[in-house]
Amino acid sequence: MQSYVKLALKVLGRRKVFTLISLFGIAMTLAVLVVATAILDDAFEPRAPQSRFDRVLAITMVSMIGPRSTETMNPGYRLIHDYIYTLPGIEAATAFSEPAQIGIYRNGGRTDAQFKRTDAAYWRVLDFRFLAGRPFTADEEERGALVAVISDGLRKRLFRREAALGRSMEIDGRDFRVIGVVPDVPITRFAAYSDVWVPHTTARSSDYRHELMGNYNGIVLARTRNDLPRLKSEFAARVKRIPIDDPKRFNRVAASLDTPFESFSRGAFPARFGYDAAAVMRIILTILTLLFMTLPALNLITLNLSRILERASEIGVRKAFGASRGALVMQFVFENVVLTLIGGAMALVTGAALIAALNRVDIIPNAQFALNVRVLLYGLVLAAFFGIFSGVYPAWRMSRLHAVDALRGGAQ
Amino acid sequence: MIRLESIDKVYRTERVETLALQNINLDVTDGEFVSIMGPSGCGKSTLLNLIGLLDAPSSGRLTLDGAPINGAGDKSLARLRNEKLGFVFQSFHLVPDLTVLDNVEIPLLYRSISGAERKKLALAAIEAVGLSSRVHHFPTQLSGGQQQRVAIARAIAGKPRILLADEPTGNLDSQMGEEIMTILHDLNRNAGTTVVMVTHDERFAQRTDRIVRLFDGRQVA
Repeated sequence: MQSYVKLALKVLGRRKVFTLISLFGIAMTLAVLVVATAILDDAFEPRAPQSRFDRVLAITMVSMIGPRSTETMNPGYRLIHDYIYTLPGIEAATAFSEPAQIGIYRNGGRTDAQFKRTDAAYWRVLDFRFLAGRPFTADEEERGALVAVISDGLRKRLFRREAALGRSMEIDGRDFRVIGVVPDVPITRFAAYSDVWVPHTTARSSDYRHELMGNYNGIVLARTRNDLPRLKSEFAARVKRIPIDDPKRFNRVAASLDTPFESFSRGAFPARFGYDAAAVMRIILTILTLLFMTLPALNLITLNLSRILERASEIGVRKAFGASRGALVMQFVFENVVLTLIGGAMALVTGAALIAALNRVDIIPNAQFALNVRVLLYGLVLAAFFGIFSGVYPAWRMSRLHAVDALRGGAQ
Repeated sequence: MIRLESIDKVYRTERVETLALQNINLDVTDGEFVSIMGPSGCGKSTLLNLIGLLDAPSSGRLTLDGAPINGAGDKSLARLRNEKLGFVFQSFHLVPDLTVLDNVEIPLLYRSISGAERKKLALAAIEAVGLSSRVHHFPTQLSGGQQQRVAIARAIAGKPRILLADEPTGNLDSQMGEEIMTILHDLNRNAGTTVVMVTHDERFAQRTDRIVRLFDGRQVA
């Protein structure tokens, strides 16, 4: 092994320009994949304030299906209230509106912010760390109290260095009192992302309470992960019993309780229900990753093939002294994996720099992407896979060289 | 030890068929030093490659230690080459990126032995050719004679019973050639290694136990 590592590093040093080109291609490809992995990891792995999302199911869309048309929207509050809140054996359930941009007026100035209406259970399902104050209570929800929780970013924009608790701000022509401040949440955490949260009961009209389709999302927090399949099937049974508001146009309701990744996948495809969208999404992501890796892999294969002739004599010697084809394939793939692992290390450094830049600039609101152990592990696996993927064919070709021809310095 | 019976070797391309060896019959006994001579292109190296299991005969029967070789698979041939044979080439064929020690260790990489054992065997082989002071040198830092001595150390590191040398003095001046021949004779006499050597040099051939002469692919003596 030590001898193979030594030789691998020496081989890389032989043609420095080609090695640098190879390493650049590998490093850039893997860096992009590392950043993509960090974004997906940030969106779908449980972490505050979505730490409990490994035992969460969400409903983010509902379809009304008729013989001539299908309408798909977010679920309305009524659907969540009547068919989600009442699911048996759950720890909690919450409804929250899609984030909407609003203007907040204070001291004659306007500040734009993302706004969510929700219920008191929201603060039990999500585990926000309060920097100051508290969440709104079930009583305040019931009464429609004009209270708000705001993000720290919004607090800085509205109140600068002053304390925010107890201060008021004007939203939709009414004064809301700030009762809590929470850290900023990245837009990738769909349930938690917002700047302002107010009780849904503060809406000027109560029409939303009667809507099957609207602009809400629902989340169920199960007691354990083992409960998730039961909750899914219970909800699926309930969906069949939902009365249809407009039976002339529609004859069926389609909706499902999904894991966050299933929910994201369902939203990405035009055909929403009736198949395993998450599985299709996983296949698509895998194919895209492979395609993305194919070009630099082909480049590496070409470079490796050109190196075979350079190493013909060595191949002949190894064969003469007892290397089987399999041993030679192993050696060459190993060398390629060493190359790609070096590229992988460079990719991690580049990826870390790109992630830091993404977190600094304001392209993705409140981005908090991180190069954690899991992402590092994914990076390592990707690099090793890339090394094997691009090394096997040249290695096989090399091992097929006839020993006598190889010793003469030529390929067959 | 090595037996070739009615061996033919034909090289075929789409248009041409070349008969490189024809009806070769040869017995090399254990501990013998045999030289193969003949003009360029007469099939000397081809014969050595067949004996070294680097190439397969087109027809005929080849046995090594009484075991037939014809039809053996890649793995079996690799194992036989590793355990029974050692090669010395005219142009040394040392791996330029590896030190003397790493080059000599190559045959031992394909055996199930520990790194320490591998190093011990390689150092012993290097000592046997008188290059202990050059263990960590690279091939380009050595003279031609020293490089060929490294190649011999590599060939004997795994203690093979047969050493196959293809014009081992061909790229060396007469003094270095003498040194190499002395090492080969020592190995033959002292270690009992069977040596089969292709050479153009009549002086060196005369010092071996037997000369096999080839002409146009045929065995003439």
